[in-house]
Amino acid sequence: MRILIFSVLVLFSLPGISNESEERVRGLEEKLRCLVCQNQSLADSPSGLATDLRQQVREQVKSGQSDAQILAYMVQRYGDFVLYQPPFKATTALLWIGPFVLLAAAALVLVATLRRRRRAPEEPALAVEEKRLVERVLGQDGKPQ
Amino acid sequence: MKRFLLPLAVFVLLVGFLAVGLKLNPREVPSPLVGRTAPPFQLPLLQQPDKRFAPADMRGKVWLLNVWASWCVSCRDEHPLLLDLAKRGVMPILGLNYKDKSDEATAWLKQFGDPYQFSVVDAEGRIAIDYGVYGVPETYLIDSEGVIRYKQIGPVTAAVLEQKILPLAAALKK
Repeated sequence: MRILIFSVLVLFSLPGISNESEERVRGLEEKLRCLVCQNQSLADSPSGLATDLRQQVREQVKSGQSDAQILAYMVQRYGDFVLYQPPFKATTALLWIGPFVLLAAAALVLVATLRRRRRAPEEPALAVEEKRLVERVLGQDGKPQ
Repeated sequence: MKRFLLPLAVFVLLVGFLAVGLKLNPREVPSPLVGRTAPPFQLPLLQQPDKRFAPADMRGKVWLLNVWASWCVSCRDEHPLLLDLAKRGVMPILGLNYKDKSDEATAWLKQFGDPYQFSVVDAEGRIAIDYGVYGVPETYLIDSEGVIRYKQIGPVTAAVLEQKILPLAAALKK
């Protein structure tokens, strides 16, 4: 009985652990950029360097390093560029805030334009001279003479 | 006319940004290693595999570490420059033979000439990862304290050598 319980436990626990770390490896590989083919993640790239770096990720996950530690290891060597999601800091502030600044500026321009339009007095349909001209042609009662 | 001025200014600004962006080389990733101590290693020499070299052995000297391989085509572009530099004895050049077969590497040096004081063997490319190498050739200028001062990604050109590496090396030697 004990052996049965033990083997069932082993059966359920072993794949669980390896699946979890497999997912972590996969997740990290998706977060890291391949430096040789720059628009591919480490997971997608067939290049030799990507293969070596995937190996590094796998080994480090196996040896119990945390995700943050592994990402720091890569950044230390290849810079923030290796991350698909760059960290927020002074040099990347424009990257992160820029779109919102542009959006706010556009909203301001829109509001200002709308307000100016509303404030502008509506022009009378006909100027005084034009009205006189119409009256002369059509007559006072609006019927052609 | 006045109402066209603002869109025109925006357009000119955009063209300016795009023109600059077009000239930047996206392959040149700024290395976080410049200004840091060169990562330590212990690697066997290509010609004398029983001997080992560590960057600490070069303390007190300004030197170049050049990552190369016999399979690397653009290494041949920069090779004459390195040979010339070695002949002039400006500074020691050491090679890091990257993911190569030692017999092919030796044959390559015989064919094209050997500018290196010696080369060390990084057969699996592990040390290259520590140096942030992602394309061969790459060249590091390391100062007397063992700090990386400059990193050249891709082949060294005459312009890079004259305008960046040599002036920097001269300044570091003082």
